[in-house]
Parts: sequence; structure tokens; C-alpha cells
Amino acid sequence: MAPLLSVHDLRVRLGDAQVVNGLSYEIDAGETVAIVGESGSGKTMSALAMLGLIPRPPAVVSGEVHFDGAELVSATPAHLRAVRGAGMAIVFQDPMTSLNPVLTIGRQLTEGMEVHLGLSGRAARERAVELLEMVGIPDPRHRLDEYPHRLSGGMRQRVMIAIGLAAHPRVLIADEATTALDVTIQAQIIELLGRLQQELDMALIWITHDLGVVAGIADRVLVMYAGRVVEHGTVDAVFDAPQHPYTRGLLRSIPVLGQHADALPSIPGTPPDPENLPPGCPFWPRCEVRADDRCRGEVPPLREVAAGHLVATFEKERV
Amino acid sequence: MSATVAPTSTPLPARQRGETLRLLVRNRIAVVALAVLVAFIVVAVFGKALAPYGYNSVDVADRLQGPSVHHWFGTDELGRDVFSRVLLGAAVSLKVGAVAVGISLVVGVPCGLIAGFYGGVLDDVIMRVMDVLFAFPAILMAIAVLAILGPGSTNAMVAIGIVYIPIFARVTRAAVLPVREEVYVRAARASGASDLRLMRRHLLPNVLGPIIVQTSISFAFAILSEAALSFIGLGTQPPHPSWGLMLSDGTDFINQAWWMVVFPGAAIFVVVLAFNILGDALRDTLDPRQRSLIRNARGA
Repeated sequence: MAPLLSVHDLRVRLGDAQVVNGLSYEIDAGETVAIVGESGSGKTMSALAMLGLIPRPPAVVSGEVHFDGAELVSATPAHLRAVRGAGMAIVFQDPMTSLNPVLTIGRQLTEGMEVHLGLSGRAARERAVELLEMVGIPDPRHRLDEYPHRLSGGMRQRVMIAIGLAAHPRVLIADEATTALDVTIQAQIIELLGRLQQELDMALIWITHDLGVVAGIADRVLVMYAGRVVEHGTVDAVFDAPQHPYTRGLLRSIPVLGQHADALPSIPGTPPDPENLPPGCPFWPRCEVRADDRCRGEVPPLREVAAGHLVATFEKERV
Repeated sequence: MSATVAPTSTPLPARQRGETLRLLVRNRIAVVALAVLVAFIVVAVFGKALAPYGYNSVDVADRLQGPSVHHWFGTDELGRDVFSRVLLGAAVSLKVGAVAVGISLVVGVPCGLIAGFYGGVLDDVIMRVMDVLFAFPAILMAIAVLAILGPGSTNAMVAIGIVYIPIFARVTRAAVLPVREEVYVRAARASGASDLRLMRRHLLPNVLGPIIVQTSISFAFAILSEAALSFIGLGTQPPHPSWGLMLSDGTDFINQAWWMVVFPGAAIFVVVLAFNILGDALRDTLDPRQRSLIRNARGA
């Protein structure tokens, strides 16, 4: 059976910048995949490109995205509009700016229902109340007529999730959905999304740079660097036996509670300029391993080091 | 208030509306201006009932009489009551303002929305057309339109409306540009909203502030333009009362009958000034940055 969503060799170029460089993965209903990487590694761009949310031109998008039996990269604008919200929905990073300040919560919640489900008036309001209840907002009926500025950041993010769920999406993309929130609120939102995913049997794509979040919720993790996947495997495999030097660097730089460190380990250097990628492995300039000469001139292909564990490095297998 | 100033606008959210009203009421001059405009509208609507004489009740025996108990504003060269004609002229001014600004709004705002939202070639084409319209001096442009359509008050409204289209297009486009980049617009698009829905639901309500201000100020300009066009004989035709036309008739008699120019002139002055003051006050209260300044200044 074909997976719910399958991305094959997705590439996005913006002018001279190659921001996504051959991304491939699959996800099924009920699964959670985390896409991890630094700012500018192409995580968000790849999600936006799937839904045709990057204006083309100037962007050039190639590759294939199969969702629900249709290919999205070459889809018509009308087909994409039908998929957005109803097929795949996105919850954006900053709940303070993702809600329209001059429209009531109810107005914004019912929008997706109007577009995709043909619901309006009382029926839409009832569903809106249900959704707000589902995401844990107290006194939902009253909240519908309020404006976003009356809600706290955590509440707003709950509203954003409710809006995302409005049209029964089968894939929910959480783009740094907890990054802008307090740690305690983060935990609540993560817990909420995990529960909703089980209840609604959705596929969840979690885009984040926070490995701590990943460990808690994801089934599989994709580590992206400079628009490429450098490591892909189950959370257990990647966390227990990281194969790529970049993944190891990331894992080392997570602070450990109760353990005093004078300086938190970091990966020296900065990610390469997407307009001027090195000819070989994009991580080579910052790599501590530099396994052999091929690193400078060849891009290491993804190879399977264990069942379902892929890594793009020339370094000898270390287990 | 917003019903008279912005006839086509959807209402601002309750919070903003309440706040705007509250701050507006704290501005004394704005309250006076608002009262003047309410009086103007009442007179325009009920002028027929209020006026002691008809607009064309000629009484040659009583011609060129100064202000008196019978004729508060005196009489003109045909013995018509200037007070009645000023009252009845308010309807013409209100109608001209409403229709002309209505035309500018209905054409200009969508043009600005589309240009600002899509950008690129569409933006260039629309805004260059607007620039061409805008490059003509307003009155000259109106005269040109009237030369094509023929003189008359209806055509004057259309002409004035066309002249102010570019202003509304520009104001709207400028306000749309920053809003277009907001995350909530992207979020709405990501939930499947069409372009039309994005513009109508998400952009328009966010750019209403500047449009309302522009509407109020354009009302003043439209009334002034109608007076000017009537003054040179291209607007309202005699014997119908228009403030501009009365002013024009009165200039011939300015040495004998000052009241023929002073009262219609004062009417134009007061109404235009009131619209301008209201426009300024609205601008101050609708702009969030100015809003906090006002609050602090008044609070201190």
C-alpha cells in the first residue's frame, strides 16, 4: 500500500540559492516524523513547497510529492487549494502573529470549514466550539466572539491548532509550533498534539530545531543540513547511535540538567551559504572527522547502515 | 459616525471601534466637527421641511434685500431667500460628496488591493494608470471629463469620483503592502483560502483605518470641487441651488449684496473644515502609534 504522503527528491531553488536539495521521505497515518536542523537548513521551505506556498517564479521547485493519490508539485492552483487545510494543514511558529488581529477567533476558525466543508452559520459555530473544546480552551462558546489579543500565547497556539484541524486534515505540519512558547506551555502543546494525533489518526510532521522535543514525540527523525537529509532513522536509532558527525554534534550540544558545564559544546563554524554550497559534502568545512578525500569533492550519498537507518557520510560505519 | 464617513466599509472590530470613539470624544475640536457634520446631514436630508421658502420662489419686489427677520441671509438678485437656498444646497453637496467618494472607493480600493496583493506586472500596470490619472491637476481633469460627458450635477459627481480614484488606490496599496507579508495571511493561505478570500477577509479589514481617513478628507475635497465646478458653470445648473453656483452668482453683486457670497461661502468653509478636522482626528486615533501618544499626552 502506498504511504499517505511520499516526498521524492524535492528540490527548491530561490534565485541562486539551493534551499532544499533532494529531500525524500514517506509518512503514514498515525506516524510522527520530526525534521530537525538549524535555521536555513530547508525544513520550513520543504513544507511550504509541498503545498505550493512558495511563489513560483521566483522559486523553482522540482521533484515529486505524492499525497492521497495525486502529485502536488505539478498540481493546479485549485487542486492545491483543496489540499491546503483539508489534506495537509500547517501550524506556524509564532502564535502572536499567525492570527489576524481584526477578526474574531470564531471567524478565523470557521474559515477553513467554509472553504472545505461547506459549513456556515450555526453548524460552523458548533464545530468551532467542538474544536476549541478539543484543544482544551475553557469556555469555548464565549471565546468565539473574542479577538486574538485577549488570549495568551499558549491559548493562541491552541487556537491555531484548532484552526489547523478545522477541515479534518490527514497530515498536520507543526512548523516550530512550540518554539515561541514558555517551556511549561511547550510541554502542554506537545502533549496535546500527540493526543490529537492518536485520536484523529493523523500523520504529524514536526519541524523543529529542538532535539529534546523530538525525543519525546517522534517515531522517526530526519536531520537536515544545507537542504539535504544527512541522517534518517527511528528516534531510538538516531539518538542511541548517531552516525553522521553533524547529528553527533547536535546531540552533544543539548544541555543536560544537573550537569555543570563551563561552556556548552557547540559545532564550530556556520552553515554554508546556500548560494555558494561547497562542491563536496556541505558539512565538510565544519566536520571534525573528514573521513577521506572524497569529502571535499563528492556529496556523500545516503546509504543504509542498519535497517531503516540512513546516513550521508563517507565515515566508516561506527556502531 | 462610521456609517456616514465610510458608507461602504465593513465595521471595525468592536475593540478598535470602541477605542477609536473614546479617543475621538476626548478630542474637543473633533466633537465639534462631528456635531457640525451631523447638523449638515440633518439639513441635507430635511432641508425641504426646514427651509422657509422654495429654492426657486422668485419675488422680484424683494430682490437684493439684506439679512432681516424675514430673510435671515437676505435675498438674491431674483428675490429668492438665500437662507433657504443654502439649506437646500446642503443636499447637493452631500449627494456630490457621497456619490463622488463612493465612486472613488468602489473603483480605487479594489485596484489598490489587487495591485498591492499581487505585486509584479499587475501592480505596475494598475499603478501606472493611476499615476497618469493622478498627474492631471484635479480640477482640469474634472473639466475634461465634463467636457466629454456634458455639464450637470450628476456628471460632476462622476467626474470628481474619477479624479479621486488614484488617491484611494494608492492609500489602499500602501496599507496592503506590509499586511500582505503577515504570517496570518500566509496561515490563511495555508488553510486553503483563495486569493479573493484573502483580500476580502484578511487584507481589507486590516487596511480600513487609512481608507476611512481618506474618505473623510475626500468628502471635503469633493464638496469643494463641486463648488468650484459649479462656480465655472460646469456643475449644478441654475436654478438648482448649489453653494458653488450661489457663490458664482453672488460675485456679480458683491458690492451691493455681500450676503449673497458670504453665506454660501461660509457654508462651504464650515463643512469642508469639519470634514478635514474629523479626518485628522480619525487619522490620529486609528493609527496605533499616534494612539498611544494621544493617550499619554492626555493622561499626563
